[in-house]
Amino acid sequence: MATTGIESWAVDLKDIGAIYPFQGTEGLFVLAAVVLWLGWHFVQIRAENDEYDGIISRHGDDASINKALEGD
Amino acid sequence: MEGNLNALTTVFTEFYYWATIPLMFFIHIGFCMYEVGASRRRNHLHTLMKNTMLIPLVTITFFFFGWWLYWAMPNGPFITGGLDTASAEANTAWSETMGPNTGDRITGVFWAAFLLFSWTAASIVSGSVIERIKSGAFWILAVVIGSVAWIIDAAWGWHSGGWMVQLLGYHDAYASGVIHAIAGGFALGVLVVLGPRLGKFARDGSPRDITPHNPWLVCLGLFMIYAGFWGFYVACNVPIIDPGGIGGQITGDTWTATTIYLTPTTLGAITVNFLMSLSGGLLVGYLASKGNPFWTYSGGLAGIITASAGNDLYHPIHAMIIGGIGTYCAYKLHYWVEQKFKIDDAVGAVAVHGYAGFIGLVICGFVLWGHPSSPYEGFAAINPLGQFAGAIIMFFVLGFVPGWIVAKILAAMNLLRIPRQVELLGLDFASNREEQAAAADVRATEKAAV
Repeated sequence: MATTGIESWAVDLKDIGAIYPFQGTEGLFVLAAVVLWLGWHFVQIRAENDEYDGIISRHGDDASINKALEGD
Repeated sequence: MEGNLNALTTVFTEFYYWATIPLMFFIHIGFCMYEVGASRRRNHLHTLMKNTMLIPLVTITFFFFGWWLYWAMPNGPFITGGLDTASAEANTAWSETMGPNTGDRITGVFWAAFLLFSWTAASIVSGSVIERIKSGAFWILAVVIGSVAWIIDAAWGWHSGGWMVQLLGYHDAYASGVIHAIAGGFALGVLVVLGPRLGKFARDGSPRDITPHNPWLVCLGLFMIYAGFWGFYVACNVPIIDPGGIGGQITGDTWTATTIYLTPTTLGAITVNFLMSLSGGLLVGYLASKGNPFWTYSGGLAGIITASAGNDLYHPIHAMIIGGIGTYCAYKLHYWVEQKFKIDDAVGAVAVHGYAGFIGLVICGFVLWGHPSSPYEGFAAINPLGQFAGAIIMFFVLGFVPGWIVAKILAAMNLLRIPRQVELLGLDFASNREEQAAAADVRATEKAAV
């Protein structure tokens, strides 16, 4: 049994339809993808905030900022 | 596909739309180039990534729900009817027609052509907020404009059955409003909450010019957007259809190209009008800005955008003059709004897209007054009041208001703007230091090898 449901091309194409694998599981895959998308935002926002906190703690003093601005 | 003519028409239409997609890719390349060119050296990489990463985020969300919105919402809902779930059914993320399917060869190509418009809408906003917005905040805003707001406006005013077309006689053939006015309005809503870059305004309120670090890259980026705009224009047309396929009031059997409203036009018309409106914008942009390259190139873009609403029908001279008028108004409005309201629009996106798009819709209402907005019976004709109402809906209702609200929520959660110290140090501070350290290490090794 092929994952696509197509085991031979000896068919009339107008009688076929979808030819991708695992037909019938589209809803589950979409649900999983939506969870991944929302999770991506959470992870990214946390990482971005951590990055800024790290920069400020190491280089956020006036002297460092002035030095950086001179080089801009 | 039954019959050779049907098969040929389907394959030609499929390829026609497919060819617009790689062309429209150039719009995004252009936006990235001009945004990076306009940013200061200390913010380059974050600026590039901010615009680049909207691509996957808008793409997947447009697949999840954006495409469904277009087919479900032409009636409002509850203005001329309910949610059109029957039409939307084949366009859900879990529909069999969204994957490889021998019974539906074209839905995926349509989807992608619309998606590239979505990227453009989000990318327009991206340039205006550079150097102080958090990337994570921008990407949420990009999904809102790219996969929700603009596609609702497309369902309302850029669909052969949209309620704005039916009731207002709204006409916007090449998206002065449905892409440009909405994106400009959205950007303005975000900018009001986000605030200007540090140092943009002096203590007395007068604006300082934060010049692009690389004007050449900025202008080349705008030039690239012109190239991609060709794909945008042809993607707005139905390339060939017979009156029977339209099923409206057109009689006879003369096949034609049409707008998205299925009203007849020609490929020749839009080709000439594209170039004439570009020329009108360039000529006026050059004079108004006294030869400033950035505003001259932006003027070309503003010219096309202003004339786009009616470029399916304008005479080429109309297109040129309308392009020039829109460019002049957008240029003047940019500096007036900047001075009056302290809005720091880093690349002039609100002006070039938002004001020019709004003005283009209004002008179209007068110039095309009385022309049928649809081949179907019972639709309002194009008129100035309907176009003005449409411009308000695009710029304010679906643009400014959602942008302002979402930006307010993000600001309340402290997610909108980067910390002050990081803005001063530069968004690329950490990676620049790593690069400098690596370069110093290599230099030391090379010296030791002498």
